[in-house]
Amino acid sequence: MGDYVRQMPHQGSADLARPPSTASRFHIDVPLLLLLMVLTVYGLFVLYSASGKDMGAVIRQGRYFLVSYVVMIVAAQISLERFTRWSPWFYLVGVATLVAVMFVGVGAKGAQRWLSIGGFRFQPSEIMKLVVPMAVAWYLADRILPPRLNHVIVALGIVGLPAALILQQPDLGTALLIAASGLFVLFMAGIGWRYMVGAVILAVASAWPMWMFVLKDYQQQRILTMLNPESDKLGAGWNIIQSKTAIGSGGWQGKGWMNGTQSQLDFLPESHTDFIIAVLGEEFGLRGVLMLMGIYLLILLRGFWIGVHAQSSFGRMMAGSLTLTFFVYIFVNMGMVAGMLPVVGVPLPLVSAGGTSVVTLMAGFGLLMAISTEKRMVAT
Amino acid sequence: MPRHIALKDPLREIRTFSARTAVAMVVVLGLLAAILIRYYSLQITSYETYRTQSERNRVQLQPLPPKRGLIFDRNGVLLADNRPSYMLSIVREQVPDLETTLQELQDLVPVSESDLDNFHKKLARRRPYEAVPLRFRLNQEERARLAVNRYRLPGVVVDAQLLRHYPHGELFSHALGYVGRINEREAFELDESNYRGTFHVGKVGVEKYYEDVLHGTVGYQNVETNAHGRVLRVLERHDPTPGADLTLHLDIRVQQAAFDALGDRRGAVVAVDPVTGGILALVSTPGFDTNLFVNGISSADYSALRDSPDVPLFNRAVQGQYPPGSTVKPMMGLAGLESGLVTPETTVADPGWYRLPGDSRRYRDWILRIRGTGHAPKVDLRMAIAESCDVYFYDLARRLTIDRMHDYLDDFGLGHRTGIDTTNERRGVLPSTQWKRDAMAQPWYPGETLSAGIGQGYMLTTPLQLAVATTVLASRGERRVPRMLWAIDGEPAPAPLLEPLVASEQNWDAVHGGMLEVVHGKRGTAKKLSRDIQYHMAGKTGTAQVIGIAQNAVYKEEEVAERHRHHGLFIAFAPQESPTIAVAIIVENGGGSSAASPIARKVIDTWLLGEAG
Repeated sequence: MGDYVRQMPHQGSADLARPPSTASRFHIDVPLLLLLMVLTVYGLFVLYSASGKDMGAVIRQGRYFLVSYVVMIVAAQISLERFTRWSPWFYLVGVATLVAVMFVGVGAKGAQRWLSIGGFRFQPSEIMKLVVPMAVAWYLADRILPPRLNHVIVALGIVGLPAALILQQPDLGTALLIAASGLFVLFMAGIGWRYMVGAVILAVASAWPMWMFVLKDYQQQRILTMLNPESDKLGAGWNIIQSKTAIGSGGWQGKGWMNGTQSQLDFLPESHTDFIIAVLGEEFGLRGVLMLMGIYLLILLRGFWIGVHAQSSFGRMMAGSLTLTFFVYIFVNMGMVAGMLPVVGVPLPLVSAGGTSVVTLMAGFGLLMAISTEKRMVAT
Repeated sequence: MPRHIALKDPLREIRTFSARTAVAMVVVLGLLAAILIRYYSLQITSYETYRTQSERNRVQLQPLPPKRGLIFDRNGVLLADNRPSYMLSIVREQVPDLETTLQELQDLVPVSESDLDNFHKKLARRRPYEAVPLRFRLNQEERARLAVNRYRLPGVVVDAQLLRHYPHGELFSHALGYVGRINEREAFELDESNYRGTFHVGKVGVEKYYEDVLHGTVGYQNVETNAHGRVLRVLERHDPTPGADLTLHLDIRVQQAAFDALGDRRGAVVAVDPVTGGILALVSTPGFDTNLFVNGISSADYSALRDSPDVPLFNRAVQGQYPPGSTVKPMMGLAGLESGLVTPETTVADPGWYRLPGDSRRYRDWILRIRGTGHAPKVDLRMAIAESCDVYFYDLARRLTIDRMHDYLDDFGLGHRTGIDTTNERRGVLPSTQWKRDAMAQPWYPGETLSAGIGQGYMLTTPLQLAVATTVLASRGERRVPRMLWAIDGEPAPAPLLEPLVASEQNWDAVHGGMLEVVHGKRGTAKKLSRDIQYHMAGKTGTAQVIGIAQNAVYKEEEVAERHRHHGLFIAFAPQESPTIAVAIIVENGGGSSAASPIARKVIDTWLLGEAG
């Protein structure tokens, strides 16, 4: 365990927390906060260029960040014990709203994902990204770990019900993300390797029926397009060809901020949302990509560190799941823009323009901070 | 937190968790490394390739729009074709200063507010180096002026493009519909890649209904351009697949005869071939020149069409809902025979009015104001249809009841959309007690049954519905979904069959007999049509009230304002022995059926004899 701590390049965190500082009184994990601030500022710079020097877009995104930082800090104030107690209730309410979406939801582009209450629209599946792992962690926290088979089955049920509800909206990307966040909790709880190998075999075996019966035409199309972007040059393939060209032409140095020809001349689709990494790659080059990956890596390491030092089972499992889910965002987005993975609607976390995902992510970091600071309170 | 401390082993848990964290970190680092390798290979290893590709994007992918399918009538007469038209477009990337260029262009050629508006909307959604259209249909003089000034207007392109053209203009306006420029909502719904390079889409009618078939599939070419965007050579070319040509059942001669016969009156004519279900003519007057819409109609032209009291944009043939009046009587007669309530020999006394038992109100027969008395002391079905006796059908309606009447007329297709292959069809109203409860939350009154029995009151039908119901009468119960389309690229597309209306041959004979008398009988309501006629026509006249008439008032046509006159209706099929055409006609405010019936003669003469009678 100590090995990981030694790898951390910012050991100062422990020093910062020595006296009961303002930061610890407000349950703030200073290294994590600093890293997130660096990341969001970096993101705003890229966004300014990607949106075609649209200050309005930057201000809008800045406002989202402001709100989400507030959400994060508020979440950090809630004690972990309280989070644990609330988890099953969050879960029940979450599943209920998902069911409500089925009947009274608002649709867009053929999918029914939104619930509209008093003119305010929200997407219940977004909240489930936090609630599902919390529910699984709550359930397992009282059991003997590693969990036994019957506990694993119940946990799978907790994950499966909301995932199935979201899958039929239909929203495959979110359903998979939520299923993953719940399964990460099981993984962290120490579920046996036998189960995991079995699950992998099952997944591979179910690939064919999935393709035949579950995946919609457009989803099949995306996978085919990823395998061979040349097949649909004017449609979806265009995006991948253009984003690869943008990234590739950035080289080591990049073309310079606001000098990316691909992005500035609007060759790049969705350049300020899901494909923003292509703008970064073109304008800041591999150097810029490395810097971004560095910040992400530090955040991930801090997340693991918080998990390892957490006091409760719930905190450990949540920290691990939140960190891994954050990684999935990074991996899927960077992979799809570079043409390694099919195009699914996953944003580059805290860099892509957009409000909902930012708030959920930051609420997750708030929970992470609650886990991190709980430890200290017990220690003193 | 309640814990079963005795059972849980925190130390073991922490060990497990740490081990799992280690595994997770290894996986995370491994996958991040994979990403890094991918970015390294794109940005370092293949840097040269991608840099060349991005350099001013010398190689461009240009969409090649497909040619829209042509539309023919059944004789092979072209109804919609494509003609080259010159358009002015702008390549944003090659224009130094867009505002100045737009200003200069407006000095050279007229550019309307809506042109500019469309241009800016399209500009926001374009692909780089894609030419965005500003003005369509440049005339020769405008082209010349642009050519002279071309040297000082970089990025301004004038090129030819195929545009929809309707050679017959107003004649087929409501039969064909038209194409128009793609608007924002349509752009969102259409397949984006297939419509790259296409600026027009079917807006209404056949043009919209068969959009998928008519459009075709986009092609593309890879071209190498110089810094000014001029194409140096074509590297790769995939030709577009043109849209399919449509042959319609429409017969331009019948259409023209109907159009001419309606003249400057407001009305509609629908002619159907009962054997195939094909629409031979579909006219709604007044119409409008569909060519106006192809490139965005000017707002002056549009408001003139929109605000005209004659509502020329309204397709009366499929959207107009009128009381069918006495044209329902043959269908009512069949209902009476089939239900066993009457036989062809059953007679009813007609003193000129009818009274419900226990009700003092007199329901008048239309003949009362003409002759001062009823049709006859003994009226049988044949006479009731031939002379359009109201009292006979008042009595039948009362005995049949509204709900059974609904069920029989429902079999003729009233109250449903016919399912024709064009847009905006309305369903009309076929009342029943259930309908009135649902629509008006009121009970059904017995007097209303009488009105319904002669096609008045709540009952509403479209001319198309009446024409289809007439084909059911003509073909003795065969039912088809009416079809505009005959064939796609020469491949026939037959009309779908529906469950037939089953009735005995004698009953059909009785109804046909009455309808023959309408035209050929001495006292038939349309006997004028039989002059010099060379075939047997079966018909039925109808009059639809526009305003209610008070209990004792007398309707005098000449005293009533033109807009308040009765609508004239007529349905007919011919030759009665083996019908090949069924028509339904309405003339709005025509005064009575005599405004409509001569049109049927002209239309049917044209179809059967090849000439207007």
